[in-house]
Amino acid sequence: MRKISLLDHNSVPKHEIIQVDDIKSLLEKYQIEKGQLPKLKESDPVAKELEAAVGDIVKITRISQTADESLYYRLVIE
Amino acid sequence: MAISEATIESMIKDLELPNNILKTLRDDALKVGVSKKEMEAIIERVMESYKYACVEPCEAVGVVSAQSIGEPGTQMTMRTFHYAGVAEINVTLGLPRLIEIVDARKSPSTPMMTVALDEGYSTDRDKAKNVAWDIEATHIEHLADVTTDLANMQLIIDLNGKILYQRNMNIDDIADKLRDGLGVKISSPDAVENQLIITPDAPSYRELLQLAKNIHAVTLKGIEGVKRVVIRKDGDEYTLYTEGSALKDVLLIEGVDATRTYTNNIVETYEVFGIEAARNSIIKEAVDTLNEQGLTVDIRHLMLVADIMTCDGEVKQIGRHGISGEKASVFARAAFEVTVNHLLDAGMRGDVDELNGVTENIIVGQPIKLGTGDVRLISKRSGRAGLT
Repeated sequence: MRKISLLDHNSVPKHEIIQVDDIKSLLEKYQIEKGQLPKLKESDPVAKELEAAVGDIVKITRISQTADESLYYRLVIE
Repeated sequence: MAISEATIESMIKDLELPNNILKTLRDDALKVGVSKKEMEAIIERVMESYKYACVEPCEAVGVVSAQSIGEPGTQMTMRTFHYAGVAEINVTLGLPRLIEIVDARKSPSTPMMTVALDEGYSTDRDKAKNVAWDIEATHIEHLADVTTDLANMQLIIDLNGKILYQRNMNIDDIADKLRDGLGVKISSPDAVENQLIITPDAPSYRELLQLAKNIHAVTLKGIEGVKRVVIRKDGDEYTLYTEGSALKDVLLIEGVDATRTYTNNIVETYEVFGIEAARNSIIKEAVDTLNEQGLTVDIRHLMLVADIMTCDGEVKQIGRHGISGEKASVFARAAFEVTVNHLLDAGMRGDVDELNGVTENIIVGQPIKLGTGDVRLISKRSGRAGLT
């Protein structure tokens, strides 16, 4: 059985769980509540690989055709 | 006097601009050689243009996207099938494919994979071929002649030795697979080479004929659901194109490059690689479908569609069972599809419509909260005593 890291795949952008301290400044920057962020399911294959728990915020560094690199955040939900 | 790279870097590093604009700005400024005063003027002009190009607050971007995709959509072909340039594999194109993408179908009408090969496999045609045989589903009709012997109540399978050798299979494997798949007794006579004889459990004609039919459904080698594999040389490496899609199984096969293998099935991409990969897949498929028809739609519109479809962590379709069906407002849902049902259900439940959205306000004839309609004038009353 081969072991494959999903994050190595071309179409999976870089995902990382952000620190609890950074959450506040993030929410302040966009002036939103946590629940207003886009969601990432706990059962999502990438969330499983990161071992993200419900309530974590995952920072996604997308390779964008229009802006080279763009940041996106998702809240992990059940 | 031209300023140094470090100075330019420090001048532009805090600007709120996307990376690619910053890079162009830096490279061009270095190439031409600008003075500090010129650089300041350039930055000011760039920021001005960038702000001008940004979407304004309260702009109805969704409507603009819908129009921008819809108008070229009217020029697309209605014909479902085409042979695309890639390896004579039939793929759905044009409008039917675009509809399939935004509807987030469980499986597209023509699933297809592009399987990249690992180093060592990708340049060697024989190795690539072996991987292809590991992927393509092999059934008994590819390998043998099956005859029904009614006199002796048995199925006689005459295997083609040459094909077996080509596909790297042997008679024992096939016997095992058939035994597991059908649950019957299988014997191979010593007198004839490459022959298998199957006898049904109960000696009845029905059983025998049923067996003769079922034997074709057993997958002897490869992945079930992959009907055909075509090897093609792209540049200096071999790539496999498959008809039928089974991403999860393909990734586990030795020699397959799991980082570059791609399927056109968006829901399957979501299940294997997660929501972000699914978003990328939606954008890629939509852009490819439109470009193939010679239409250019700004990618930002398609990115918006993909973002909305994936923002809840799962792939949702644009339509009654997805985005439009989940709107909070009863009127907005009723205005889209199945009007009577929505109104009736809402009436029975006693739903309240807050009239916050655009659609419901148009229905009742009020100004909508968009553009200038979203701005309220507030007068400052400070400075005049007695009025506060």
